[in-house]
Formats: sequence, C-alpha cells, structure tokens
Amino acid sequence: MSDQTPADKAPGDKTTGANRWRRFADWDERPLRLDRFAVEDPANGFAAFHGAKDPKPSLVMEAGRIASMDGIPLADFDMIDHFIAHHHLDLDLAPTAMAIPSAEIARRLVDISVPREELARLAHGLTPAKLAEVVAQLSAIELAFAFSKMRTRKIPGNQGHVTNAKDDPLQLAADAATAVAFGFDEVETTMRVARNAWSNALACAVGAAVGRWGTLFQCSSEEAEELQIGMAGFTSYAETVSVYGTERAFTDGDDTPWSKAFLAAAYASRGIKMRCTSGAASELLMGFHESKSLLYLEARCLCLQRAMGVQGTQNGGIDGAPLASTMPGGVRELLAENLIAVWLDLECATGNDARHSESEIRVGAKILPYLIAGSDFICSGMGSILKYDNSFNPSSFNGEEMEDFLVLQRDYEADGGLTSVGEATALDVRKRAVDALSAVFAELELGTPTEAMKRSVAVASGSNDTDSYLPRDVAFISEKIKERGINVLDVIKALAARGFRDEAQNLLNVVRLRVSGDYLQTAAVVRNGHVVSAVNNPNDYSGPGTGYRVSEARRQELSAIRDVLTREEVLRTEATFAGPEAKLIRYKTLGDAGTTGPKNEIVIGVSPAFGVKLFRTLAGHALSAVLRALSEGVEAKGGVARIVRMGHTADTSFLGLSAARLAGSGIGIGIQAKGTAVIHQADRLPHHNLELFSNAPITSLTHYRSLGENAATYAKGEMPEPVVVPTEGKAMGARYHAQVALIYAIETSLTADGAKPEDIEIAFLEAH
Amino acid sequence: MARINGIADYPLAENRPDLVKTARGTPLTELTLKSVEAGKVTLEDLRITPQALQDQARISELAGRPTLARNFERAAEIVDVPQDFVLKVYELLRPGRAKTKDELLAAAKTLREAYRAEKMAAFVEEAAEVYERRGLFTFRF
Repeated sequence: MSDQTPADKAPGDKTTGANRWRRFADWDERPLRLDRFAVEDPANGFAAFHGAKDPKPSLVMEAGRIASMDGIPLADFDMIDHFIAHHHLDLDLAPTAMAIPSAEIARRLVDISVPREELARLAHGLTPAKLAEVVAQLSAIELAFAFSKMRTRKIPGNQGHVTNAKDDPLQLAADAATAVAFGFDEVETTMRVARNAWSNALACAVGAAVGRWGTLFQCSSEEAEELQIGMAGFTSYAETVSVYGTERAFTDGDDTPWSKAFLAAAYASRGIKMRCTSGAASELLMGFHESKSLLYLEARCLCLQRAMGVQGTQNGGIDGAPLASTMPGGVRELLAENLIAVWLDLECATGNDARHSESEIRVGAKILPYLIAGSDFICSGMGSILKYDNSFNPSSFNGEEMEDFLVLQRDYEADGGLTSVGEATALDVRKRAVDALSAVFAELELGTPTEAMKRSVAVASGSNDTDSYLPRDVAFISEKIKERGINVLDVIKALAARGFRDEAQNLLNVVRLRVSGDYLQTAAVVRNGHVVSAVNNPNDYSGPGTGYRVSEARRQELSAIRDVLTREEVLRTEATFAGPEAKLIRYKTLGDAGTTGPKNEIVIGVSPAFGVKLFRTLAGHALSAVLRALSEGVEAKGGVARIVRMGHTADTSFLGLSAARLAGSGIGIGIQAKGTAVIHQADRLPHHNLELFSNAPITSLTHYRSLGENAATYAKGEMPEPVVVPTEGKAMGARYHAQVALIYAIETSLTADGAKPEDIEIAFLEAH
Repeated sequence: MARINGIADYPLAENRPDLVKTARGTPLTELTLKSVEAGKVTLEDLRITPQALQDQARISELAGRPTLARNFERAAEIVDVPQDFVLKVYELLRPGRAKTKDELLAAAKTLREAYRAEKMAAFVEEAAEVYERRGLFTFRF
C-alpha cells in the first residue's frame, strides 16, 4: 500500500509502515540490537564446536614414539603439533588415556566420586582433539559444574583493570588503592601512550600498596619493556604472553611456541609470576582459522600452554569473546575452553573482560556460571574504573556496574572475590594514595602536583572529573623514571622518608615475594599476607559440603552492600512524619461504630496504624491529604463520608468489605496507611471488590479523589469509569516490597481478633 | 637428605625459611624496611636465585605438574644470564629474526658454554630444527 493514510502513522511509529508488527520496531531500539550476530559457517571459521576441518582424536605410536596425532602424520606436524607432542603428552599414559571413550571421560568430569587429581593426571595423556571432543559433550550447566570441580585453587578471586584516559598517575594511584580496597587479587594497567609505561607502573605500584599488601600488579606493554619494568621491581606478574592455535596466526603474532616458552622461563628467572593468554576466535580475527572450530583451536592453545610450562592462562575468548559470541553456542564454547584450561591444571583467569555484548542481560547471564562456580580470577579483568577510562576497552563489568556485581555475589551467596567499600573508606584510601604518590614524586623530584590537582583526583569518579596531569606531562615523568633508572627500592625509600612507612613496608613485602618464588606456583595469590596457591589451597571439591564454601564471616562481608533497609530505620523515618502530621490533622475516637447511616453514606475504613504509627503512603502523600482527597471526592458526587478505624484486620479487602457493611449506602472504601485502597460493596465476596488500587507507590492524590468520587457514584447505583493507575512497567516489588513488608508488620501488630470498628472524627487543622 | 621433604614445605618462605636466601646468602628475615633505608639492600637481593627455582621445580613435580617444573628448571639456568642476552635470544627465537639455523645454534652454544644452561640450550636447538623444517628462517621485515 503506497498511499499511507495519516492514521497508519501512529505516534512513535518508526516509519516502517503499518504492515509490520510494531514490536519489531521496539526491539530494534534495544541495546541488544547493537550486537551483530553471524550465521554458522564452519568452512569460513564460524563454528564454535564443530569445525569443517576439525580432526578426529587419535594417537598412533610406533616403537614407543608418536607416529601420528589427531590424524596428522609426524612428518606433517606444524610447530604447534610438534610442541604439544613433545612437551605436553605423557607417552606412558597417552595410549591408555586415549583409549577411554570420550563419553566416559565426559561423565567422569561431572562425577563427584571421580577426584580432580585423577582427571588432571588423565589430561596429560590426551590430545587437543580428544579434549575438545570430551568437553563438547557437556551441556552449559555441566560445563559450569565441571569447571567448578576442576578449577585449580580452592578460594576464588578476581582481577581488576586500573587505567585512565589521561594516563594520570595521581588517578592511577587513587584507583589502584580503591581496587585493592574492593579486594582485587591482581590489578592490571596499560597506557594510552606507550612511553607512559614507567609512570603508570610506578603510580599503580604505589597506589596498590595502600591499605594492605599482597595485590599483585602488572603493566601490560611491549614484551621487552614489560620485562624491564618487572626487573625494576614495579610489577609482580605478566599475562600478555599470547599464544594461538594455528601456525600462521602464531607467526603473524610475531612469535613461536619456543619464543613464548623462552619468555615464560625469562619471567620465572626474574621471579615474576606469569600466565599466557589465549582465547576463542583470535585465529579467526587474524585470518588463519584453517576451517577449524573455536574449541579445537583453543584446545591446541591450552595444550601448548601446559607444554610450555606456564602456571596459568588468561582464557575464555578474551579479545575474541565478542566475535565468539556472534556464533550459535559461542558463549557456551567460552565455558568449554575454560574447562579445558583448568582440566589441564592451569590457573585460569576466565575472561569476562572485553565486553561481549551491549545487552546488560547477556552480560549478566554470561558472568553467572563463573560467579557460582568460582574461578581463580572471575574477570581478567573487571574494569574497576569507568568505561571511558578503560584503556583495554570496556569490560563486562566496569566501574559503573561494580555494585551490580556486589549484589550478584549477595544474591547467590557466591564469592566473586570483591567486598563492598564504604564511602568514608573509599575516600580515605584515595586521598592516602594521592598523598603517597605526591610524596614519592617530591622525594624523587618527579613533579609537584598542586593541592587542587590532588583534590580533584581524590573525589573523581573518572578522568573527565579531574584537573590533573595530561598525557604529555606524564611522558616527561615516565622518561625521567626510565632514564634515571629509578627502581622499586628508590620508591620504597622515598615512601619511608616521607612518612608513608606502611606503604613502604607493603611494597617491600610484594617485591620480597620474588626471593622464594612461592608465588610462581599455580594460581598463586596473596591473602592476609600469605601466599595461597593450588599447591597449599587445592580445590578439593567432591560433592556438597566440600570445596570452597563461603564462611559465615565472608557471608557477612558479601551481605554488607550499601544502603540496606532495617526495621529500625523504617520506623525512625516514619516517626519523623508524625510531628508534621499532628499539625495538619487531628483524629478523635468516638467509640464503637454504628451500623447505619443515610443512603448516601460512604464509610472509609482505615487500617489500625493509619495516623497512629504510620503517617505517609508509599508515594509519600501525608495521610491527612489522602483523607481529604477521599472525602472531597465522595462529597463531590453527593456522598457523605464517615471514617471508621478497623482493629480486627489490616487487609485491604477486609477493610473495604467491613467498611461497606457499616455504610448506609453499602459502599465502603478500605485503605491502609501505606496507601493501598479498595472500593467494596456490602454484598460481595471478600476478594471480589469493585475497584482495587494496589500500586500505592504510584497512586496520586488525584487518584484518591477519583476513588472517592467513584465510591459515591456506585452508591447512587451508577457505573463510573474505573480509575486506572498506570504502572509504567516499574518493578514495584523490587523498589518497595522490603519497605512494605516492614510497614505492614506494624499494621498487623496492632490488630486484635474481634476488635470492634470505631468511629473517628477528623479535623483538618490547616486550610487546604 | 633431599632439600624438599614434600609439598608441606610450601610456601617455602613460611615453612622452610632456612632454604630461602638471597643471591648473597642473606636470609629473607633480614630484608627489612630498616635495612632498605640503610642502603644495605640492593635490587640484586630481591632477585630469585637458581636454587629457589630448583626448589620450586621440585614442589611443582611433587604437586603433579611436571611441565611447570621443566619451565622452572629452564628458568633456573638463565637467572644469571644478563638481561641483554636474554632479550637477544628471545628476539632470535621470534619468526624470521634468525635468517639461518646457525644463528640459533650459536645462541644455544653460548647458553651451554658461557652459562651452563644445558636444558635451555637443548630447547633452542629443538626450535632450530623445527624452524628449519617449517621454513621460519625467512624474510619478515
């Protein structure tokens, strides 16, 4: 139809014509539709689990040596095949392990009676194709469960990003200190401008020393420089050592399994904790997928990492997570690859960093299995800063959404590694960090930030709020640190010299970790001054009551989110309304309510606490104003209102019905102090009312007046237009029910069985 | 008697402080803030030692992680290799940096003869063999 009439173009029409269900136009506007989705196309690398050229698992041995692996003859091994065959596979074990049917191994992964150690050992004899084939048989819930059973360290943890759009060292210090206060076990920074690396590293190292010691810190930069910053003692771990699942992707990434393994040894030789990074779809992004599935290529990456002898991996899509998530089953695949990682006995920082979706629902759904299963690092990392300040790109959760994460922990009584921080503490640690860094700058002659700069940073939510260093200023500071060869001992001495002895000691404690190398073991973090790893805190899950359990003390921490209602607080708030109300209305009890009145009489039955202990509706209207609106409405339609207080019930329906039975007209209004109201008729069943006003928080005085009018209209035997209170789709229960339950308990506490209704005389003390 | 009795020795800094010493033989307990302030502690004292890496390798082995142990053993061998040479070998191992197998073999020889890094030398030689077979000694930039 080409000639559209104006009637076809309703307000808000997306000009898509009338021949379309407008719901699609609504859906077009949702954040979800910013996400793009791709069709499954295995030949072109778009397959999560079943690639066009994924090999079948196999291992052929001849004279004690490998003749072929996963269908590839020895002579055709690429670098990755070679490295896995030589450094991952335990040839004594492999023939037996490979002979076990994949379905049987899959069953063992979710069988609580098969110990974790047995399965971890079995993995030493499994090829990439076999590992992939096994985990592919598990559903999403089985993957999450198996992950929970197989992950390496018992106590879960989390990692945070600390970066900002200006590379401002003052803000880095403040934000690092804040991240430490929230409980991150590791903090990772990177720069907008590469040459600012030294300044970022020094600033975060100082900030992370505020409050407690033990948060490990890394500065993601160019490989050689990152190692040098580590050797200067500023950083304590590294994780940007990427590996890939195809040979061409690997060499395009400018490395080989041997160069990366050499780097792994180099980090260990400098006493620095290190993990590799790999994730689904990196090969696809780099254009060398070989028509293989995301999962199979990741299985290769993970076998390679175990073969290299790294203690852990940052794994689960990582930068490829958004691409993996465009495919059917892509998000399930991320869980599957994480399972392979921990099955291979690697510490796993489980991605959930590069935000895979603009839909908050998809983000929340993605984090849940990790939160309830626990993970060595649930995010790698979470943006502890605002999205625009994240120099890695926005994470699944960012500064904006940290409280959502804290509440999810509380909802599920699941330990995501974070703890709420009060406003006073947050400001204290931020000021302390800014002062500490300023002291170091002064002592080492790196700069003299003004009080205004420091103040702006301490209270800033993000760098848009600060009046502080700009990237160019930072470049000079960073160059000085590098050129003068300033190292962590200089910083420790500077802190101590300027009175920041706790911070000096904390920083020294982290650097001292290198001497023993205890924190180089699998999944090591520092908790309460002790190194805790998969060696001394192994995941020992074997069914209900085992493995990691939230202790009562920890449960209290998880529960203690901000701004929680208590009964005392609700009562205290109500009490503050008592005084003002006393100036507006006076209630006088006249005695037992009579049962008859004129034909136009409407009885307004109020609840026991109405005007006695409670004084406002949930919408915030003074009860005096509500009674006035009701009465005026009744009178406007020729009725007469009588107020009766009920003592036998606080239930809206029974308040209304009891009122109706007392009324000369047989029409009554029941109303609770919180504002819930009903129009009832004497001869109706209790819950079969004439009109119900159940959404007190959005019921206005105009609505109450209309309610009075309608009651009087019913009394005349007429049928009014029912009053409709628009709900606007608000989650009323979430917003009000805690308060409602506390308030309603006050009403019910004042009821008494068989208590007689009492007539009330009211006097309005001020003019309308 | 073996230095490491079992994984109960871990963390070594807490359970076997007798084993944890700096390169100069200073025990961990002497690396205090006071001694840092007095200038008695250098960055050298805050480095890991080959012995500590060997001990951690033993712990990894006992914890069922033989490949991690091998990495720590290779690492132990290059603790005393100067940073410049470490970075040079890393660079040579990257694709196309060495134009011939001999360059890698020469680096392996230095590791073996100058630094007694036998395992790391063998590791680099293995890389040289595979790079040759896979054509990695080629122009990249």
